[in-house]
Amino acid sequence: MGYVLPAVVFFTVFAVVPLVLVVVLSFTSWPGFGDIRWTGLDNWERLIGDERVRESTGITLALTASTWLTQTPMAIAIGVWAAGRQRNRAVLSTIFFLPLLMSSAAIAVLFHRFLDPNYGMARDLGPLIGFPDGNILGTAHGAFLVIVFVSAWQWVPFHSLLYQAAARNVPTVLYDAATIDGAGRWDMFWRITLPQLRYTVVTSSVIMIVGSLITFETVLLITGGGPGGATRILPYLMYSAGFEAFEMGYASAIATVLVVVATAFSLLIVRFSGFTKMRSTLEGM
Amino acid sequence: MTAPRTIPRRTFLAALGAGATALATTSCSDDSNGSQAAADLDSAGDPAQASGELDVWVLQEDAVNPVSRASLDRFFGGTDVKANLITEPNESYRDVLQTIIDQDERPDIFFNWGGGSIRSYVRAGLVEDLTPYLEEDSEFKNAFLQSVLQAGQIDGAYYGIPMRTMQPKLMFYNTALFDQVGLEVPTTWQDFLDAVDAFAAEDITPVAVGAADQWPLLMWFEYLTDRLGGAQVFQDIAEGTGEGWAHPAITRTVETIRDLVDRGAFGDAFASVAYDDSGPLLSDGRAAMMLSGSWEYTNFLEDAPGFVTNSLAWGPFPALEDGEGDPENVAGNPTNYFSVHADSPLKEVAINYLKQEMASDTYVQDLLDVGDIPAVANIETLIEGHEHEEYFGFVYAMAANAPNFQLSWDQAIARPQAQPMLEAMENVFLGNLDAEGFVQANEDAAS
Repeated sequence: MGYVLPAVVFFTVFAVVPLVLVVVLSFTSWPGFGDIRWTGLDNWERLIGDERVRESTGITLALTASTWLTQTPMAIAIGVWAAGRQRNRAVLSTIFFLPLLMSSAAIAVLFHRFLDPNYGMARDLGPLIGFPDGNILGTAHGAFLVIVFVSAWQWVPFHSLLYQAAARNVPTVLYDAATIDGAGRWDMFWRITLPQLRYTVVTSSVIMIVGSLITFETVLLITGGGPGGATRILPYLMYSAGFEAFEMGYASAIATVLVVVATAFSLLIVRFSGFTKMRSTLEGM
Repeated sequence: MTAPRTIPRRTFLAALGAGATALATTSCSDDSNGSQAAADLDSAGDPAQASGELDVWVLQEDAVNPVSRASLDRFFGGTDVKANLITEPNESYRDVLQTIIDQDERPDIFFNWGGGSIRSYVRAGLVEDLTPYLEEDSEFKNAFLQSVLQAGQIDGAYYGIPMRTMQPKLMFYNTALFDQVGLEVPTTWQDFLDAVDAFAAEDITPVAVGAADQWPLLMWFEYLTDRLGGAQVFQDIAEGTGEGWAHPAITRTVETIRDLVDRGAFGDAFASVAYDDSGPLLSDGRAAMMLSGSWEYTNFLEDAPGFVTNSLAWGPFPALEDGEGDPENVAGNPTNYFSVHADSPLKEVAINYLKQEMASDTYVQDLLDVGDIPAVANIETLIEGHEHEEYFGFVYAMAANAPNFQLSWDQAIARPQAQPMLEAMENVFLGNLDAEGFVQANEDAAS
C-alpha cells in the first residue's frame, strides 16, 4: 500500500487538515491576527439568524439550479454532435473548446468590460435581449443571467468533452440494429445515446453542481455580489466576511456550511442515480 | 512653513514614561543609576546612537516611493540603522499587514488609512499611542492640519502622523456642457437641481457615478448627511451614541437621493457603470458633473489632458439652503498615516524620524512635485508657482479651512458593518430600499 502514501499525505495536509481547522475556527472569534478566542456556538447562532446568509443561500441554490438546467442540455447536444463523423466537425469542435483554455479570471474581466453600458456592447446588445438602456449588470435579473451565461460559456466545453468521449463509446452495433428496425436519428438519440450516457450525466452533474456551489471569481470580478446583493452567493459572502470584515470565525462557519451542502449534494446524486451499482452500459459485459 | 527642527531635549525626557522598554537596543550601559538612565533616554530617538534594522511599510507607488526613500536616507544616512522601505501593492497591502502585524517580521513604521484600518490593531495594543509626543511638543502637533490629524484619532488618541496627500472629495464639472445648456457651475443645491433638470432634458447624463463598484455612492451619502444634519450625525453613528442611524438627517438623505435618481440625475444605466468608467464619462462629454476624490484630477491629467486645460472646473459640494451642516465641512480620505508599531525595538527612533521628516520642507516639496498635497500646515508658499497651483491651492484651502474632515464612512465604522452599509446604499439608489429599510439594514448589521 506504500504507493498511495504520497497521495494520502498530500490529501491530509492540503484537504483534511484545513477542513478540520475551518470547522474549529467556526467556533472562535479571530480577526486574522492575535489570539483566537473561543466563542462556542456564537457564530452558528448568528448564522442561523442572519438574513443575509438566508438570502445568499437562496441565490446560491437558484444559481446552481440554473447552471445545471442550462449547461446539461447544451453539453449533451454539443458532445453528441462532436462525437459524430460530420464534415467540419473537428474544426468546429476545436473552436467550441477554446473557452476551456482560458482562465476564469480572464473570462470574467473580458465580460465585465464587454457589458459596460457606455464603453462596452451593452447599449447595443441590451435592447435585443430586453434591457433597453443597456443596464444589464445594474439590474438584479440581468446580473444573475450574466453569471449563468458566463459560467455556461466557460464550462459547457468541458462537459461537452465528457459527453463526446462517452458518446464515442456507445457501441455502433446498437445503432446498426436500430437502423435495421427502422429507427430515425431522433429515436436513436432518445432510446440509445441518452440511456448509454446516464453515468456520464451523473459525473457531469456532480462536477457542475459542486462547481457552481463554489463559484466565486466570476461573481467577484463581474458583479461584485451586486447590484444591491442580487448575486451575493455564499462563497462571496464568505469572502466578504473573511477578507473584508476580517471575521475569520464567522467566515469559517459559512465555509463549513458550504462544505456540508456540497458534500451532501454529491452524495445524494450518486446515491439516487444508481451510480454506485455500476452496471456496465457496454454490450455483453 | 515648518523648518526642520532639532528635537528639544525635554521631549524625550518626557516621553520616556511611555516607552521605556524601547530603550533596550540603544542602551549601552549596564549602569542603572538614575542619571545614567536619563542620559540613555535622551539619546533614545537619535539614530546616530541606535543600531539595527527599521522596516517601513508603504504601498507600492512609483511616484511616492522614491520620496519616502529619500526621506529615510536623509534621516538615517550615516548611522548604524538600516532603514528598509518595504513596498506592497495596494490590493494585497491590507491582507499582508493583517497577517504579519503580530509576527516577528512586523513593520516598525507602517502606512495605513487611519480609522477602521488600524482600529483593531490599536485595541490589541499593537500601535504606539503618539498622543504624549504630540501633546508634549506643540510645534510637532501644529505642523499638521488639525482637522486631518484629528480624523486619524482612535478612541480619542493619536496613532498616525499624516505622511502624504489629502484626498478630500469635491465636485468636478465639464464646463463645455454647461456652456451648451447656458448654465453656470452650481454653488447651491438649487443651482445643482436646476442643472440636473437641464441636462436630463438635453439627454446628457447630469451626474456620472460608478454605482457598480458601490463605494462611489458613499460620497453622496457622506456629503448629503453632513450638509443636512452636520458632522455630529455620523459621529454618533460611528461611536454608537445618540440616535445613530435613526437620525432624521439620514432619512432626509435617503429621500434626497431617491429624488435625484427619480429626476434622472445619474442617467438610466448608472447601476452598470464601473468606477473606472465614470471619470471618462465626464471628460468625454457624456456626463456633466461628478462627485469624486481629489485624485480624479490626476486621472483626468493622464487620460484627457486636453479636457483639464479646456473644460474642467471644480468646486465644493453645494451648500443645502436649509441644512444644518457647515458648508465648509469636507468628506474624503483625510490622508494616509504612518503609525509606529508598539513592539518596535526602535520605537523612539521611528517617532523621531516622523517628527523630523513628515513636515519638513524638503519632504513637502518632494511630495508636491509628484502631485501629492500633504496635510502639513502653512505650505501655501510652497504651492505657489506649482504647475497645478490653481487646483492644488483649492484642494489645500478646502482641507485647511474645513471645520471637520470626515473620514470615509466605510473606513470609519467597524469593518463588519461596512459591506452591509454599502449594499444598503446601492439598494437605495436602485430603489429597492426606502429610508426606513435603509436604517433597518444598517441597524441589523450593527447589532
